[in-house]
Amino acid sequence: MSGLWLIVLGAIPLVGAVVVGALPSGATMPGETAAVGDVVPAEAASAAVAPRTEGTAAAKLTALAFSLAAFVVAIIITARFDTHSSARFQAAKSWDWIRSFGVTFSVGVDGIALVLVLLATLLVPVVILASWNEETPGGRSPKAFFAWLLALEVMMIGVFVATDVFLFYVFFEAMLVPMYFLIGSYGGSQRRYAAMKFFLYSLLGGLVMLAAVITLYFASPAHTFEFVKLVGTVDPGYQKLLFFGFFLAFAIKAPLVPFHTWLPDAGAEAPTGGAVLLVGVLDKVGTFGFLRYCLPLFPEASRYFAPMVLILSVVGILYAAIVASVQRDMKRLVSYTSIAHFGFIAMGIFAFTTQGGSGAVLYMVNHGLSTGLVFIVVGMLIQRGRSRQISDYGGVATVTPYLAGVFFFAGLSALGLPGLSTFVSEFLTLVGTFTVHKTYAVLGTVGIIFAALYVLWMYQRLFHGPVKESVHKERLRSIKDMTALETVVVAPLVALILFFGFYPQPLLDIINPAVKITMHDVGKRDPAQHAGNGAKP
Amino acid sequence: MTGAVLAAGDSISAPSISYSGLAPVLIILGVALAGVLVEASLPKAVRFAAQVGLALAGCVAALIVVIVLAGRAGEVTAAGAIAVDGPALFCQGTLAILGIFSVLLLAERRLDAAGGAIVAQAALTVGSSNDRMQRTSHDVQTEAFPLFAFALGGMMLFPASNNLLVMFIALEVLSLPLYLLAGLARHRRLLSQEAAVKYFLLGAFASAFFVYGLAMLYGYAGTVSLAGIRQSASVSDKGDLLLLLGFALLVVGMLFKGNVAPFHSWTPDVYQGSPSPVTAFMSAATKVAAFGALLRVFYVAFADSRWDWRPIMWAVAITSMLVGAVFGLTQTDIKRILAYSSIAHAGFLLVGVISLNVRGISGTLFYLLTYGIASLGAFAVVSLVRDDDGEATHLSQWAGLAKRSPMVAAVMTVFLLSMAGIPLTAGFIGKFVIFQAGVDGGLGTLVVIALVSSAIAAFFYLRIVVLMYFSDPPEGGPAVSVPSICTQAVVALTAAATIFLGIIPQPILDVAHRAVPFVS
Repeated sequence: MSGLWLIVLGAIPLVGAVVVGALPSGATMPGETAAVGDVVPAEAASAAVAPRTEGTAAAKLTALAFSLAAFVVAIIITARFDTHSSARFQAAKSWDWIRSFGVTFSVGVDGIALVLVLLATLLVPVVILASWNEETPGGRSPKAFFAWLLALEVMMIGVFVATDVFLFYVFFEAMLVPMYFLIGSYGGSQRRYAAMKFFLYSLLGGLVMLAAVITLYFASPAHTFEFVKLVGTVDPGYQKLLFFGFFLAFAIKAPLVPFHTWLPDAGAEAPTGGAVLLVGVLDKVGTFGFLRYCLPLFPEASRYFAPMVLILSVVGILYAAIVASVQRDMKRLVSYTSIAHFGFIAMGIFAFTTQGGSGAVLYMVNHGLSTGLVFIVVGMLIQRGRSRQISDYGGVATVTPYLAGVFFFAGLSALGLPGLSTFVSEFLTLVGTFTVHKTYAVLGTVGIIFAALYVLWMYQRLFHGPVKESVHKERLRSIKDMTALETVVVAPLVALILFFGFYPQPLLDIINPAVKITMHDVGKRDPAQHAGNGAKP
Repeated sequence: MTGAVLAAGDSISAPSISYSGLAPVLIILGVALAGVLVEASLPKAVRFAAQVGLALAGCVAALIVVIVLAGRAGEVTAAGAIAVDGPALFCQGTLAILGIFSVLLLAERRLDAAGGAIVAQAALTVGSSNDRMQRTSHDVQTEAFPLFAFALGGMMLFPASNNLLVMFIALEVLSLPLYLLAGLARHRRLLSQEAAVKYFLLGAFASAFFVYGLAMLYGYAGTVSLAGIRQSASVSDKGDLLLLLGFALLVVGMLFKGNVAPFHSWTPDVYQGSPSPVTAFMSAATKVAAFGALLRVFYVAFADSRWDWRPIMWAVAITSMLVGAVFGLTQTDIKRILAYSSIAHAGFLLVGVISLNVRGISGTLFYLLTYGIASLGAFAVVSLVRDDDGEATHLSQWAGLAKRSPMVAAVMTVFLLSMAGIPLTAGFIGKFVIFQAGVDGGLGTLVVIALVSSAIAAFFYLRIVVLMYFSDPPEGGPAVSVPSICTQAVVALTAAATIFLGIIPQPILDVAHRAVPFVS
């Protein structure tokens, strides 16, 4: 039975997506004629939305119910997770799938995958609530939006729990499709371009990885795609090539500078819900892939390429931080901050210390929470102000004090203020790196200073000073503060960021064993004692 | 002396023919002949029903016979001229399935106001008053069905031919009816006639190349049988010039039929001009026949001389993948895009063909099935999107299709994603088997190039998706006509098969795997 929990976890959103997709789609027609461009007069928009809200209420509630059920199952799996077990994967289960290729349908979680599954299943209901009243461009059916969200959740769960390289690849690539439709159908004015760029970039990386996946089968005497059997068997002669294939796909996904240019477009154009999941969870697949596949399967190559990755990480941290500081578009700014954060994560992973690794995994979770929160509050502000440009705002705090407060909190978590969860992970990552690579760690720390700059400067320009003299002035004066629903949306994220800021130990307990195994695979010993001690702020 | 002559005369007896092994081909050719008789004898009112029934029954019967035969050991029959073995049967089975779908598409009469995509009198001068009249007249001729059956019969024989003469005859039997069919479109007659002429002229050239190559090989080996050529190549002390020249000319003729660049230039025009049901049939079935035969030629006759020709085929495969992917980007007509996609897929298929291992055979066979199904389904969808002037194939006319007919757009997306090779569709599994075979056969670099070009090709598949889903429909754009049960069945079955083979490919992979050994 224990092995079936993961199947149940994946099946719930799958069924949900089908159910939501099959619901009768109310009256979708009236919106079509009214909503042509992206700038729709408020009255026309609300008139167009009104008849559809009834038809889609059922879709929203169904989607919410299924996503909450999946979250509950994820909690159950966590409760059953044994942190002292020596098994590599728990709740594992394996079936034959495509025998001719040696492909199995194998699932299982280690600590790293588990926390990411938790993150994904937590963010989906939050995103559904955050998208509750979002207007869809061009009269598109909101029903399909929620169906795609649930489909995306299936892929996200699949990609983390797959323990067969082929199965992982299938989810890794199939994940593009729902995200593509979320951005392309429901995004901003440049959504077509952004969706296309996102898809093609990821696909290119994915196809190079496919070549590596195929070669992997022949490069190991095991002739299998099962991860457990592959570890430690890959012919060192092939490792560098294979590492490169996997690395490229993950570096595009993560994204590491210089493979990052798709993210600002995709992040800026995606609807709020899509952006949260894109940056919060999807991009973690890249860094997760480093830890799960690059390091254990290709240890020699990982050690060989580590300096290169570290340099790219540091360049990414500094470059993205500088570029973020000068962005005029809020969502682009947040996307660039994420690129900087991914630099930290990659640095922690390729430092090859347990502290760095655990810090990186913790970073992935906290970044998901914190950037998710940032995107949500930015989305709330944009929904009110109808502009993504920072310069169109000013003095909003006088009108919406609560929103300003939450925005400030989200910003502080993004810049890693002590007492918030992101600080713990940033600290661990930097300490883990410092013990072995002092220069990189010091350079990375400079990035934190920039983080304070761009976050606080954006906050100041948006919320303080006089209400901006612009075409938006009247609208800005009349916007409303956070509604009860919106408070419900942000509450869990705020609470978790605070909680893990003071007490990250439960997460570290889950993460540490898996990271240790990974570091053992890559053949590196810690110079200092392991993480968790002395890491509490 | 006379005794010796007599004895020799006695020994010339008719070769034994395994009629059961040839049954699939015989059934289809029998149906074709019966179709000609139906055309001549039955009254007009019942002709259409009779032709459709006959063609469908023939395809289904052929499929059943193939399934029955699949369990038997491979054999060579008709004095070694025809091989009834796994790969041949797999191709014939695939062709029978694609044939069933094609008949259903040809039988569609509800889409066009005048009834059917096939014109009644193809020989009328375009633009003449008679021609204008027949555009709206409800005259329907049914000679397309026997033509179709002849072509299908030739296609079934092509991959089973074990000597080059039979192969040439099969090539002609499959080609000539296709040239005619290409010219039968009801709308845009000029394009259709141009397609027919172009296809015919270039096809005639290709056939000439094939015959010339055949002659060279006969000169080299003294035999036209594939096994004989292989044997000569391994023992002969003659120079290789005749062998290589013959190989090159022969293969040019076959690559032409398989839409492989640089022998592809007819493809976009012919695909665009032909009536969509014919294009669907052509794109799916001709490819199966051509690559089935290529497999046999490469594995049976030329496997030993691979070091001589593999570099050339490398170059051809790369050319085809890149030409298909890059030129596909610049197209604005959906049928032309699918044509370039077909050229790119031909390049991928070549990777499987020239990997020369067991995986290569089964992979190519599987890929042919998945591509055939997706391509046929895609052209079936193309035939649904129409305005007053027949099919609306310009890309701009597809904008916002998802809003007006979400199901049609969704199904088209499935086919396009399959062609792009996105996981959970049959196309991905097909690509995977082919590329696995390639890596196994030492073609790693070629596989990487193939993957990069499939990333390029993905752009134009996605462009169609972008148009259908993310754009707003134009004012007064084309509408999606509601087809009869025939086209509905084709679209539904091909889409279902595309998804099913993407998730549970093992049964069919097993079949392809068991089909592997060539008999010669």
